[in-house]
Amino acid sequence: MARFGRLTDAPASVVLAGVRVLDPAARSDSVRDLLIVNGIVAESASDDVPRVDADGLVAAPGFCDLHAHLREPGMEGSETIESGTQAAAHGGFTTVCIMPNTDPPLDDVRSVELIGARSQGAAARVRVVGAATRERAGERLSDLGELTRAGVVGFSDDGASLPSASLARAALAYLAPLGLPLIEHCEEPALARGALMRAGPTALRLGLAGWPSSAELTIVERDIALAEETGGRVHFTHLSTAAAIDAVRRAKARDLNVTCDVTPHHLALADTWVAGDRHFAWEDGAFDAFARLDPDLAYDGRTRVNPPLARREDTLALLAGVADGTVDAIATDHAPHPPERKLVEFGAAAPGMIGLETALSLGLAAVEAGCLSLAQLLRAISSRPAELVGEQRSLAVGEAADLVVFDPGARWTVSRDNLASRSANTPLLGRELTGVVRLTVAEGRVTFDDLGRIGRDFKE
Amino acid sequence: MNLLDVDGLSRSELERLLDLAVEMRERRGDTTLRGETVALAFYEASTRTRVSFELAAKALGATTVDLGVAGSSVGKGESLVDTLLTLQRTGVTIIVLRHAASGAPYLAARATAARIVNAGDGQHAHPTQALADALTLREHLGGLDGRKIAIVGDIAHSRVARSNLQALTALGASVWLAGPPAFVRGFDAWPGATVAPLDEALRDADAVMTLRIQLEREAGGGIPSLREYVASWGLTEERMGLANRGAPILHPGPTNEGLELSADLASSDRSLIGRQVENGVPVRMAVLALVAGAA
Repeated sequence: MARFGRLTDAPASVVLAGVRVLDPAARSDSVRDLLIVNGIVAESASDDVPRVDADGLVAAPGFCDLHAHLREPGMEGSETIESGTQAAAHGGFTTVCIMPNTDPPLDDVRSVELIGARSQGAAARVRVVGAATRERAGERLSDLGELTRAGVVGFSDDGASLPSASLARAALAYLAPLGLPLIEHCEEPALARGALMRAGPTALRLGLAGWPSSAELTIVERDIALAEETGGRVHFTHLSTAAAIDAVRRAKARDLNVTCDVTPHHLALADTWVAGDRHFAWEDGAFDAFARLDPDLAYDGRTRVNPPLARREDTLALLAGVADGTVDAIATDHAPHPPERKLVEFGAAAPGMIGLETALSLGLAAVEAGCLSLAQLLRAISSRPAELVGEQRSLAVGEAADLVVFDPGARWTVSRDNLASRSANTPLLGRELTGVVRLTVAEGRVTFDDLGRIGRDFKE
Repeated sequence: MNLLDVDGLSRSELERLLDLAVEMRERRGDTTLRGETVALAFYEASTRTRVSFELAAKALGATTVDLGVAGSSVGKGESLVDTLLTLQRTGVTIIVLRHAASGAPYLAARATAARIVNAGDGQHAHPTQALADALTLREHLGGLDGRKIAIVGDIAHSRVARSNLQALTALGASVWLAGPPAFVRGFDAWPGATVAPLDEALRDADAVMTLRIQLEREAGGGIPSLREYVASWGLTEERMGLANRGAPILHPGPTNEGLELSADLASSDRSLIGRQVENGVPVRMAVLALVAGAA
């Protein structure tokens, strides 16, 4: 049996015996048999349906990533739709929303159709975020209505904010009747110019120019005002500061049409990782950036990401935002890069790290540390983001099976050989993490299967 | 070993290194580094650091090779790692690296088997300058324990300030920092450092160091104008009157005369600027001997 399946495969039938079924949308959590017959969650199954002992495993709705870079077209050396959706399936994701900063960018109907054609038979649903402006140049709006009818889930010039308030206002006003969000990467370019990491003591110690929190907050506050004024819907992606989370919390309290996501790496890894820290942000014991830098770890280009890794107090505010629902989703910002873009001077390193295959483990580490409940984590990584892109996530009888089964206690080591992604740019490489996906089912099809083959390498 | 930062050196190691530098002044016809090939990989312009490293290496009997960045494959877009690996393969055993990117020596140390000496990386560190400054201050003051040293100017963008903070505090001094807000903000977090208004930093200081202002920092870059800088932060005889009697002035050079300090002050007998340069060679001899395992 192939480890990875495709959405075009035959529907699956399996009985997961004694699995803990956790459905955050239905607020249900119980240990029982979960039956899938011909790709549909069923009440009963005939005896010829294979039965798998799922004792100790958790079944949850399939994960939905609102923010990933699959690099196709144009940068297939780093990732392709095939490898990227396999990485998604391996990480428990059944949907990936891909960002338009490909080469060429996804700014017209033809490019959206190209992605649709190339993702036939992929290992996860691929949804497109269209470029908000033509060629992502930040000058003229893309054909937003036509792209909406072509099925995009939102619009973004990810990598940059819409450069002017008037353009952002025009986009939100035009999108208001279409119902799709403007997805903003929040970075005021003049405030962040030349910055390489988050401003703070670690940046000061390392002599790296700092990205101030105000660079993010400025755009968030601007777009909240514009969303309110136009009735448009704005979604802030990969927020990384306490101040921005507070602004979103206040906007939501006023019932404005505002949502947001954070990345797993901003939740778990603080800016001290740039100086060589390798503790999760919630762990006790402050890292002393003024002590001797570890020559093996300091200035590792794999810790460069944009927005930059947050200060510890910010990561804790992001976690609190996930817990209280201010943060709608955990989205990976999976950003594959080849080694030659990372094994360079820190400031020359391409920003970004892979995330599809480590998201669950980082989330479970936060759960283990008491920062989140398992239900809060699963809501933020499955049902709520799915809802934002108009997808159903339910484990109720009669629904198409779209789910992940994982072992919350199993350990694995992040290594080149253990990743389905074409790239391995993550500072977690070599680290042992907890939480292993055993089975992913999308639209009733098995897209990743490790049940019964535990501990064996899937690339054999 | 490598010398990437001052942070790896304990107080006793620093003192031993300064003692060794003093000893190096007297050495003639030395062969400590015979068999070593020292590459000077300067990706940024430099006069005093490059020349003093070259003289230091030759004084200890090493072969030196100057990677003229303009005339090398670097101009063809070769990556730093590839260039340094090429140096290593041609037999270079010690690479003296000056680079505009903070942290570049760490990358170099991870990528090559050659030993790396940091000759200044971005805004991060300039260990041999700090050692030369510490030696200059130790000679003049007799010791650094309990001394108050003021550093004035653009701390934030200065690798010299950072390395001096580490070296001087490790040797027992307290370091006071003063400058325009954008240039000192956050440095209170640095162990042993105190950020203060200029007068307070200068008051009873045992020595005052001022830093080069990069002229492009004018206007949007942290200071309204150079005129404003001179008026508010420029060192003059009058301002130096707050410091201890005879307190010396240091500057890592090159100076902008009439900007960081008045021309009178620069040429007065308070000035140790020339001595800082003279101490550059023996300090770099000591550092090269240390990384070669011959110290």
